[in-house]
Amino acid sequence: MPSVCFYFQVHQPKRIKKYPIFSIGKDHNYFNDNSDTDLNNERVFKKVANKCYLPTNNLILSLLKKYPEFKVSYSLSGIFLEQAEEYCPEVLRSFYQLAQTGQVEFLAETYYHSLACLYCEDEFKTQVNMHKKLIKEFFNLEPRVFRNTELIYNNNIAKFAKDMGFEAVLTEGVDDILGWRSPNFVYKPKGTNIKLLLKNYRLSDDIAFRFSSRDWEEWPLTAEKFASWISAYNGNGEVINLFMDYETFGEHQWEDTGIFHFLEKLPEEILKHKDNNFKTPSEVASSFYPKDDIDVTRHISWADVERDLSAWRSNAMQYAALDKLYSLKNAVFKTKDKDIIADWRRLQTSDHFYYMCTKWFADGDVHKYFNPYQTPYDAFICYMNVLNDLKLRIQQA
Amino acid sequence: MKVLMFGWELPPKNSGGLGVACFNLAKALGRSAKILFVLPKVLEVKKENFDILFANTNIKVKTVNSSLFSYATCRQYSKNILKINLNGFYGSTLFEEVARYGKLAKKIAEEEKFDIIHAHDWLSFLAGIEAKRISKKPLVVHVHATEFDRTGGQGVNPVVYQIEKRGMEEADKVIAVSNLTKKIIVEKYNIDENKVKVVYNAHEEKEIKKHKKLLKDVFLKPIVIFVGRITIQKGPDYFLEAAKKCLEYDKNIMFVMAGSGDMQNQIMQKAAFLGIADNFLFSGFLRGEDLERLYQSADLFVMPSLSEPFGLTVLEAIQNGTPVLISKQTGVGENLVHCLKTDFWDTEDMAAKILSVIKYKELRNCLLENSKKDLKKFSWLKAAGQCLDIYKKLLQK
Repeated sequence: MPSVCFYFQVHQPKRIKKYPIFSIGKDHNYFNDNSDTDLNNERVFKKVANKCYLPTNNLILSLLKKYPEFKVSYSLSGIFLEQAEEYCPEVLRSFYQLAQTGQVEFLAETYYHSLACLYCEDEFKTQVNMHKKLIKEFFNLEPRVFRNTELIYNNNIAKFAKDMGFEAVLTEGVDDILGWRSPNFVYKPKGTNIKLLLKNYRLSDDIAFRFSSRDWEEWPLTAEKFASWISAYNGNGEVINLFMDYETFGEHQWEDTGIFHFLEKLPEEILKHKDNNFKTPSEVASSFYPKDDIDVTRHISWADVERDLSAWRSNAMQYAALDKLYSLKNAVFKTKDKDIIADWRRLQTSDHFYYMCTKWFADGDVHKYFNPYQTPYDAFICYMNVLNDLKLRIQQA
Repeated sequence: MKVLMFGWELPPKNSGGLGVACFNLAKALGRSAKILFVLPKVLEVKKENFDILFANTNIKVKTVNSSLFSYATCRQYSKNILKINLNGFYGSTLFEEVARYGKLAKKIAEEEKFDIIHAHDWLSFLAGIEAKRISKKPLVVHVHATEFDRTGGQGVNPVVYQIEKRGMEEADKVIAVSNLTKKIIVEKYNIDENKVKVVYNAHEEKEIKKHKKLLKDVFLKPIVIFVGRITIQKGPDYFLEAAKKCLEYDKNIMFVMAGSGDMQNQIMQKAAFLGIADNFLFSGFLRGEDLERLYQSADLFVMPSLSEPFGLTVLEAIQNGTPVLISKQTGVGENLVHCLKTDFWDTEDMAAKILSVIKYKELRNCLLENSKKDLKKFSWLKAAGQCLDIYKKLLQK
């Protein structure tokens, strides 16, 4: 001990194109930008596929073959898989190859990487089932562990996951939720008999955020050094949950930072210590007893320094957009129009609301970096115009 | 430290932002330096008391008998000079008068004691150069606008260009009001970029009175405003075109143009020709409370400038609680996050954004709430501090 549990989030939203008010009622294609900006979904997908998905999958596959003890897990959003199939089928094939190794676990999430859990439990459930079905279809696997969009979590979501038949839920190891407790054990949500795995955000962020930061005192981070930090938990931790965006490899941390070399050496360095091993989330859930009950009444997440919902819901624009979107629900289903329902769901992807965030301080740089729109205001304008077009379509259906 | 400062206008007799900027900068500098502010001025019967204007014994204003006035073009000067130049005392052309102002500076430089010379814009550059020649003191030229901004890049007057260029070359340091202006100075005037320092202007920090009896109470419809000289640099024709596009979509909007200038008749005629005269009003040049009333009435302030070195009115609008839409060619926008931006020529985009602000109240509210935070980034004390640093470094040499 400890066991290292890797979970990589793999997601690409369908970004809304520049959609001016004059397009309402005239243009019903919201996601087909073909410019050379980051609103062009195909362009972004292919760029990230070449920088991250393909090379990283390749490397992980070779590591899985080289080290039979090495294990990882992924959560692939439905909207990601849809785009992989459409724009870059070789990405899908390479994930299929990973699934075939038997050393990789795929987690469940909402198909649309949505915030449905905050607005509508029926819709939340439907999207989780849609996602399960998709994973079964593509990889012939049945997810046993649930991770909600951006690790959004509270007691109710734990109960939801339990009711859906999952064995464990993943979330952020938020300090004030843990108190004096360590994220390096398995816990149980208060009132629900399911396992809770908490992200060790210090060690995770050492890789995801700080890896290439020259201001960081630990720079440059080597696999050897990182493995020694893991081994230091021997005797006082059972599992180190390293949860991060998959795009860390090659996209957020570019190849020239040495991130691939780091990843390549990591299993070997970690396994050098005979007490260390790798486990997938469901293996962690079945191997360890919960150390304590964790009570989470507010919503937590892994986003920004606040680790709450404020990345998607902190200003009037975000609230207005979400309220308007979910207020259309009954009317949308009444149309029984497949395209309208699918577009309504694509508009639920959390990224749309993230782009409208105006918290520029502290995390401002991160928001700006990940924002394909010039400003949060432009994101809001395009989104609301599209919702108004959708509303017209519903009325005409 | 004593600064010999050459300007061309001071409020309330100002015709634009330059006078306001010079006044506020001098006022802030007056806290830690002695300023002798030299101003060209036609001798009038009634003498203004500038000492009362500044209310600071550190600042003395010395007027020089000259017929220069701000934003003068050669044609305007020739027209004006006929009225006052009865005995041929003043130069009969603008350039003769600029040269005469330069020579008058010689006398001041010989009589007064000072450590540094600070000259604002081209009309005073020759005076600055002359003062430097006599006194051997370092010269700082402050560029609030270049001939390229004023003419929209078309019909740059070669004599003005030469005076500007000579001023920048002979100066020991050039201050630009934005990076946009710095770029023009470096690229069009071939000045070493290390010699140019950006010092942003600011707004006058004061309690803004909430006015009653506003225009919006009369019109009972959303109001969109343009505040500036009606001249090619400010893009009034683009504003008109955008207004036309908005009104085709939504008749319930009132556009107001505040200012005067050489294109006023042309724009008035065009508005009538386009058939939008009922929704497109001209208020003439406004200042003080009248201008505040207009800002406070408006739902949106638009600055469609072709090339705006800074854009003080943008900060004034925000200060009065009006969100702003500015062209990407506006200097103040470099340091503003919470505003809408557009290309001045893209009137379709400009119109779409105007309509969005009117349609989505959350957009307007968020812009407003956050843009007030942006205001805190600008301060005259900070600008004065940067000028003092420049002086000190020059004096150390």
